[in-house]
Amino acid sequence: MPSADTVPAKLLRTPLHALHVELGAKMVPFAGYDMPVQYPDGILKEHLHCRAAAGLFDVSHMGQARIDGDGAIAAFEALVPGDIAALAPGRMRYTMFTNDAGGILDDLMVTARADGGLFVVLNAACKTADMKHLRAGLSGAAKATLMEDKALLALQGPAAVAVMARLAPGAEKMAFMSAAAMDVAGIGCFVSRSGYTGDDGYEISVPAARAEELARRLLGEPEVAPIGLGARDTLRLEAGLCLYGHDIDTTTSPIEAGLAWTISKRRRAEGGFPGAARIQGELASGPIRKRVGIRPEGRAPAREGTAIADGAGKPVGAVTSGGFSPTLSAPIAMGYVAAAQAAADTALALDVRGKALPARVVPMPFVPHRYHKS
Amino acid sequence: MAETRYTTEHEWIRLDGGVATVGISEYAQSQLGDVVYVELPEVGRKVAPGDDMAVVESVKAASEVYAPVAGEVAEVNPALADKPETINDDAEGDGWFVKLAGVDAGALGGLMDADAYRKYVETLA
Repeated sequence: MPSADTVPAKLLRTPLHALHVELGAKMVPFAGYDMPVQYPDGILKEHLHCRAAAGLFDVSHMGQARIDGDGAIAAFEALVPGDIAALAPGRMRYTMFTNDAGGILDDLMVTARADGGLFVVLNAACKTADMKHLRAGLSGAAKATLMEDKALLALQGPAAVAVMARLAPGAEKMAFMSAAAMDVAGIGCFVSRSGYTGDDGYEISVPAARAEELARRLLGEPEVAPIGLGARDTLRLEAGLCLYGHDIDTTTSPIEAGLAWTISKRRRAEGGFPGAARIQGELASGPIRKRVGIRPEGRAPAREGTAIADGAGKPVGAVTSGGFSPTLSAPIAMGYVAAAQAAADTALALDVRGKALPARVVPMPFVPHRYHKS
Repeated sequence: MAETRYTTEHEWIRLDGGVATVGISEYAQSQLGDVVYVELPEVGRKVAPGDDMAVVESVKAASEVYAPVAGEVAEVNPALADKPETINDDAEGDGWFVKLAGVDAGALGGLMDADAYRKYVETLA
């Protein structure tokens, strides 16, 4: 439990706060917000429900920003290694703000809007720093605005498409990683086919004033159950997706983190983003350490911070996210190891409460992605 | 049936003829959520009050379980290795952790009875 002095005196609330309490959620402080960690069903059931049907997540704590003005795309590209110029209107991609040392300031989703501007979704804990970074770093006429009058709902899982087909006809035809303005249950929203669970699903940006109405409508559909932050974490871990502040931070480069796939050929060649020298160097010669998936033997979970040794007992890294996979009914973890230990099937030893727990490197995701294929 | 006593750390203990059965309370399991792993001590280990005796892991986190009194581990619950969720289903019955031998009945005197523990839990809400 966080000690009292680490909890801000006044926690922020999302527009769905009262609904979470009404649904019996256990509320915890997260990134300055009072958020639902689980509902009465509990993390395991919520996780399995989302994998089997559809789950509704309140991610309104995340930052939603727009980048407008002449040269917005070029100005934004100077801050990220992702290929933003290549994004067709209505398409989105995953990228990150890097610093001059090639570390990661935040990871984010960026969508090219039909009007030539960009829509960006930022981590809650980073959004204030990100906005400062944008205001200081965007050149020319480009301007960043935090959209504080919007809530963000995520509808995830294999049945999300059937629910959206009923409430937002046409949404079922959207391609994975595309976005469009549309009505959902008669409410004007900006909808993307994307998510953070490894499953098919949607993220719905909705006016804050109508967020509760939309959430109630979605929860009224037979496939949909509310899912808290606890299951959000186990779902993203199974999908092998990074959590900022844990698996990636200012000390990890995108290449060490296994995110080279987010950097196009053009951007690798041209550079022109913060930390390009380190990132181009690691692309050419390989990073000294890599983020890998880890399967401990037996049932004991290895948590964040667990020391990792090679087969001979020499320290080679640490776990950055670790827990229990409800889908596999087994412990899973991810962490950084020296490049020599990063190949699949490499034997490792995890220091769990003083005991050397045998483990091995495995490819990620731990549970196959089921994104929609057009 | 022997009386159940509770600690402020949410263990329960029930003494029956010098052998005490120990587990975590119904309140503790409800706070932990889904239990996915339990680490139990070696049989024969001697414990003092407050010693780390076991670890219970939920989906979210690991928590220590402390010895409520002095004794020697005589038995650990064999069901928990394959069915750790037994703790969620029946924390103060089938979900017991260990049996301690050589327990002095007087050592339980300082622990809370069910009424006192219920009042204590109410102060935590």
